[in-house]
Order: sequence, then C-alpha cells, then structure tokens
Amino acid sequence: MDKETKKVLFEPLVDNNPITLQVLGVCSALAVTSQMSTSLIMALALTSVTACSSAAISAVRKHTPGSIRIIVQMIIIASLVIVVDQVLKAFAFEISKKLSVFVGLIITNCIVMGRAEAYAMKNPPLKSFIDGVGNGLGYSLILVLVAFFRETLGSGKLLGFEVLPLVQDGGWYVPNGMMLLPPSAFFIIGLIIWVFRTWKPKQVEHNEFKIMSIAHGEGGHH
Amino acid sequence: MEAYISLFIKAVFIENLALSFFLGMCTFLAVSKKISTAMGLGIAVMVVQTLTVPANNFIYQTLLKEDALAWLGITGVDLSFLSLLSCIGMIAALVQILEMTLDKYFPALYHALGIFLPLITVNCAILAGSLFMIERDYNFNESVVYGIGSGFGWALAITVLAGVREKLKYSDIPAALQGLGITFITAGLMSLGFMAFSGIQL
Repeated sequence: MDKETKKVLFEPLVDNNPITLQVLGVCSALAVTSQMSTSLIMALALTSVTACSSAAISAVRKHTPGSIRIIVQMIIIASLVIVVDQVLKAFAFEISKKLSVFVGLIITNCIVMGRAEAYAMKNPPLKSFIDGVGNGLGYSLILVLVAFFRETLGSGKLLGFEVLPLVQDGGWYVPNGMMLLPPSAFFIIGLIIWVFRTWKPKQVEHNEFKIMSIAHGEGGHH
Repeated sequence: MEAYISLFIKAVFIENLALSFFLGMCTFLAVSKKISTAMGLGIAVMVVQTLTVPANNFIYQTLLKEDALAWLGITGVDLSFLSLLSCIGMIAALVQILEMTLDKYFPALYHALGIFLPLITVNCAILAGSLFMIERDYNFNESVVYGIGSGFGWALAITVLAGVREKLKYSDIPAALQGLGITFITAGLMSLGFMAFSGIQL
C-alpha cells in the first residue's frame, strides 16, 4: 500500500475523524449507540454505503452538471441504502427491526453526502472508495466507543453478555439509567473529543478571546 | 383553530426536532458559533421545512396513500412504499432551487452557509419532518402548521445554543475541550432540560 493510500485510509480515524473533527453524522451516533450490536451493524452499513456511493459518484462526476448534482447524489445514495436495507432484512432480521428507521436515515447521514461533496466530486473512483472506507471506519470507531460505555454502564452488559453484575440479579452494580437516554451520548462524545484533543494537540480549537492570566504559554504547541 | 395552535406549540416545544428527537445535529453543532449565522441557517431550515412538509403532504395524499388514486378512478393501489424516495427527491429539488436563489440574490448568506446549504438536504430534521407528517397522517392544513412549527422549533434551538456559545467564549475551558467538546456537553445539558417538556398534554 503506498503512502498516499495509507494517508487517505487512516487519516479519518483520529487525525480527521468525521464525528469529532468534521462534525458529520452525529444524529445516528446519538440514537443507535445504546447497544453494542446495533452500533456494529450500523457502522458496517454506513461504511459500505459511504465507500460505494463515493466510488459511484466519483465515476460519474465529469458527466454531472453542477446544478443537479445534489439530486444525482441523493439518488445514488438512496438506491445503495435500499440495497443495504434489503440485505439486512434478509440476513439479520432481528437487528434490522431494532434499527428500523435509522437504516433509512443513512440517506440523510451527512458523512455520506459530505464525503461526496468534499472528496468524491474532485477525485478518481478508487481513491474516493478508499476515502469512503476510511471515513466509515472513523465513524465506526466513535460509535463502538460510545456504545461500549453506554451499554456497559447503562445495563451492565456487553453484546448481551453480563459484564457488571446488576443489583437486581444479586450483584453489586446499580445501573445508570441516564446512560440509556440520548443526552448521555452527547456527554460521552464530548469527553471522547476531550481525550482525542489532549492526545493530538493540533486539533485544539483556540479561543478568540484569551483570558489574560493563562494566556501565556497555553495552547499545547510546546 | 385551537387545534392548530396546540399543534404548533407541540411542534415547537414538546416535540422539538433538535432537542427531543436529536435530529439535524451535524449542522446544529457546527453552525452555532455566532447568533447571526445560526439565525440565518435556522430561517433557511424553517423555509425549507415550511415548503417541503406541505409539498410532500400533497404528493402523499393525492398520489401515494392507499386508495389515493381514487380521483383517477383507480382503486386498491397502495404506493406508500415510495414515500421515502418521493420525500427525499422533493427535498433535494427544493434545496437546489433555494441554493440557486440565494446564490443570485443573497450572496452574503450563501457564502456564510458554505457546505451546509447542500447539507440541508441531508439534514435529518427536514426528512424526519416529512416522515412524521406521513406517520401521523396530517391533512394539508395541519401539515402547513406542523412544517412551520417544527422548523421554528429547530431555529429556536440553534439560536439558543448559539447564544450560549457566544457567552462561553469568555469562560475558562480546558484547551482540549474548547470548541466542539464543550458544545456537545452544552447541547447535552440543553436536551436534558428539554426532556422536562416531554409528557405535557395540550
């Protein structure tokens, strides 16, 4: 794998993550992450849709007039989502029932559309495909992390297996009900961003207004 | 008339698309740095919502719903499985028209919205507005009220968040939590607050 491909594939994981840096695809990250199994399937579905739609949109990019490009992109994406929906219904019926609306909402997941607009319209199909996979993986990483905390702390289980024995089953762990409500996903993603940016100080957004006493030497560029 | 008012209040506060259903989050978090930009986007969403919900309602009620083609003399046809495709097509077309209009007549707003204008198409709040309308089987008048109400609720939420963020500029936040991180946590607290509206009956 040459250097360029590696960069396109792995940069979206941490350095240019779609959720924590580009702020795309947040809705489903809040809604499906109360369980690990749904998050994994959702991540897989979104990665395949992003990769295939980027490749397809990039293949027709030179024949698409600018004024109707949004409709062309939507039709390609919607057709792919219908395929994914049907495949899920055929091979993973239980999970597709749990995900119900959110598979359809992949159409309106801005990662797919954002990559189409920002990358696939300017780059050849193979590179766009890899870019789609990379961004899908970046999304998956956050989804799995959030689901890990929400399912473990909210219901004491992971993928249905008991991790923390609950009080009502004779164990010691009192489940945190708020972890099953959507606002908890906001807090967890916020904390993940905190960790990521402490690790990669380049991503820190600097305040336009410095507070005088700490202004000197602050900011992480040491 | 009373029914319409209560539908409006419900769409704005109790079933706020942004803070109760967590829809349209990407633009909600990314374009809420300044009150003026946030308000511009909020108005854009409100306009698109006000146009698309009744338009989709018209298509759904006259073409797609079960036995809706009775006025053509065709009965026993149920095309409602096409509603997802027709909704998204209608939204994409209207956003494209809006984009071209803004580009021509309001270039400042067009440049301020940048990549987020095409992203209104994939703003899940817009699609969800139409899908909720279909699910609850609103008639045309109700769909107009619901379109305005839900769009206004979303615009209200993003403006409030932008107001909070403008004040946050002066607070002492850990460097790595600056910007997006603290916005997520603020939005989380706001949605916890809005959960207090759930369960209110009008």
